[in-house]
Amino acid sequence: MINLRAHLPQLAGLAAFALLFIAAAARYSGQNFLSAGAIVNLLADQAVLGVIAAGVTVVIISGGIDLSVGAVMGTSSILTAVLITRHGWPALPAMGATWLAGAAFGALMGATIEKSRLPAFIVTLAGMFIARGGGFLISLEPVTIDAPSHKALTAISIPIGPAEIRLGPVVLLLVVVGLLAMLRFTVLGRWVYALGGSEEACRLANVPILKVRTAIYATSGFCAALAGSLLTLYLASGNQAEGVGLELDAIAATVIGGTLLTGGAGSVLGTLVGTLVIGLIAVSVTSYEGLSAGLVRVVTGGLLLGFVVLSRFMGGRRVG
Amino acid sequence: MIERGGSNAGRFAPPAILGPLIALAVLLAFNAAFTTGFANLEMRDGRLYGAIVDILKNGSPVMLLSIGLTCVIALGGIDLSVGSVMALSAAAAAKLITEHDQPFAVAMLAGLCVGLACGLLNGVAVRWGRVAPIVATLVMLLGARGIAQVLTGGQKVPFENAAFASLAQGTLLFLPAPLWVVAGVASLAAIALRRATIGWQLQAAGVNARAAAYSGLPIGRITLVAYGFAGLCAAIAGMIAAADISEADVANAGLYMELDAILAVVIGGTLLTGGRAQVLGSLVGAVFMQTLTVSLLMRGVQAEHTLLIKGAAVLGVCLLRSPPLWAWLRGLFAGALAKRERAA
Repeated sequence: MINLRAHLPQLAGLAAFALLFIAAAARYSGQNFLSAGAIVNLLADQAVLGVIAAGVTVVIISGGIDLSVGAVMGTSSILTAVLITRHGWPALPAMGATWLAGAAFGALMGATIEKSRLPAFIVTLAGMFIARGGGFLISLEPVTIDAPSHKALTAISIPIGPAEIRLGPVVLLLVVVGLLAMLRFTVLGRWVYALGGSEEACRLANVPILKVRTAIYATSGFCAALAGSLLTLYLASGNQAEGVGLELDAIAATVIGGTLLTGGAGSVLGTLVGTLVIGLIAVSVTSYEGLSAGLVRVVTGGLLLGFVVLSRFMGGRRVG
Repeated sequence: MIERGGSNAGRFAPPAILGPLIALAVLLAFNAAFTTGFANLEMRDGRLYGAIVDILKNGSPVMLLSIGLTCVIALGGIDLSVGSVMALSAAAAAKLITEHDQPFAVAMLAGLCVGLACGLLNGVAVRWGRVAPIVATLVMLLGARGIAQVLTGGQKVPFENAAFASLAQGTLLFLPAPLWVVAGVASLAAIALRRATIGWQLQAAGVNARAAAYSGLPIGRITLVAYGFAGLCAAIAGMIAAADISEADVANAGLYMELDAILAVVIGGTLLTGGRAQVLGSLVGAVFMQTLTVSLLMRGVQAEHTLLIKGAAVLGVCLLRSPPLWAWLRGLFAGALAKRERAA
């Protein structure tokens, strides 16, 4: 029983991806664009952003916003690195501790938003600066990781046909499937949509909003921390200065994937498509065209703005 | 002044300008007592010198940003892009001087126009694109710096132009020139908000946008004026920051400055929910922020660590002004009291 009209925004995202992909495949046909390796690379390059965007999607469906994710990711990468190198922790416990810290930080922000009724953006903006400052407090310099337990994780690769899949895309897919199941099949997931649909109705219906909101922002903090520890696999180091402006990319991926910024509608699966759209733009502009990375931001921003405006005139519910 | 009725917001919030003034006075007194050389003021070559004059001069970009932001926030919006707009307009002006040999007046005018255009674009996106202000200006935050980087190839643009440099380094009537610019822009904004029709309309729209629209207020014009003014203020701030070091630094100019400016506005008593503009309060808030930064740095705190303290300060000030939080704490307190009474 798929209601096509209700899924119009997601379909638009899918169409954008298909168009971009066909255009890129035609333009760069001589440069191995269509090889399995290139497609797996696209997924691998965007795994970090994808994980963050999946968490942000949950927040946005609930009608909130989380601007702290880029900073939390950077700080998580340095936390993982410092735990491994300076405190001699094995890689997995260090990452686990980082995930817990990220989730706790998010939970604190969620509870603050609910208890103070301050706008989510101001609390998470303050959270962004606290997380950034906290990252610099852990270490002023990037920390290189050189531990066997960490290298073992980096080396994991699963051969699929001619290509090899590393840990990044696997984690991304697990997160997407996990959040999809949470949103679709659990009571909490239903409450997330309900909260985004009408907060007032939720209050009247006695939904435990404090718990829901805490869980929502904890999810997003957890995903950002998970992305931070994934990043250490890519960089073989932790860097607290990473992730500046990543919150915009995550919001863009979410919106291009058909989630409404006003809340109440959307899907993590759409966000995966949105992430791939952004990945395609980045790869096309920087690798194939050889243009400035500043331009990627401009194009992504423009596309985001376009989709936000578009969603007002398409299937999106009218608000206000 | 337009007060929001029906809530007990006023009971715990201090009078608008008194709170920030007291906070600033405490901070200044602390520094005067414990930081050597802080209170010194001397006259040399027809200009006042001293730590306090430096604070005011170095704080002038944030003061300018906070004046513009006051108008946007009073309208119930937000502008996160001001820091990037600073970088873009300064880069545009510097490029015109270095590569196109334009006189300072043309470059400055062009820079101001760039800032105004960015602000107007924000306004258009918010009003006619129906994009949430936070998202529209977040796009501008990254877009403007991205364009600035494309424009300059990511390089710093040093320039040698006496007139441009004097915008920040010059002296007028014993005081550094930027202070006069701030004073001019602030008086303009304060008078417009208190005395001009557009100022009243802006604050009315901030209290209740729908009611304002039903009453026939020109919401489109109001939105454009507010965001355009914020962009213009950001451009002026960008010029002053660039003139100070005779260089347009696209990577670092105005970076994270939007937080300082938002904090200044919030400390100054302008409500984040809109409807009450306190330009003078914002100025006091900006001076407070600058004094706080300088005192932290003078006490040997790492520049990067001040982010943590500023973030906590923003949150703290906002929480202090949040009636629901106070109500919740009162509830907790009353609950604990009742429990103890029952036990006794």
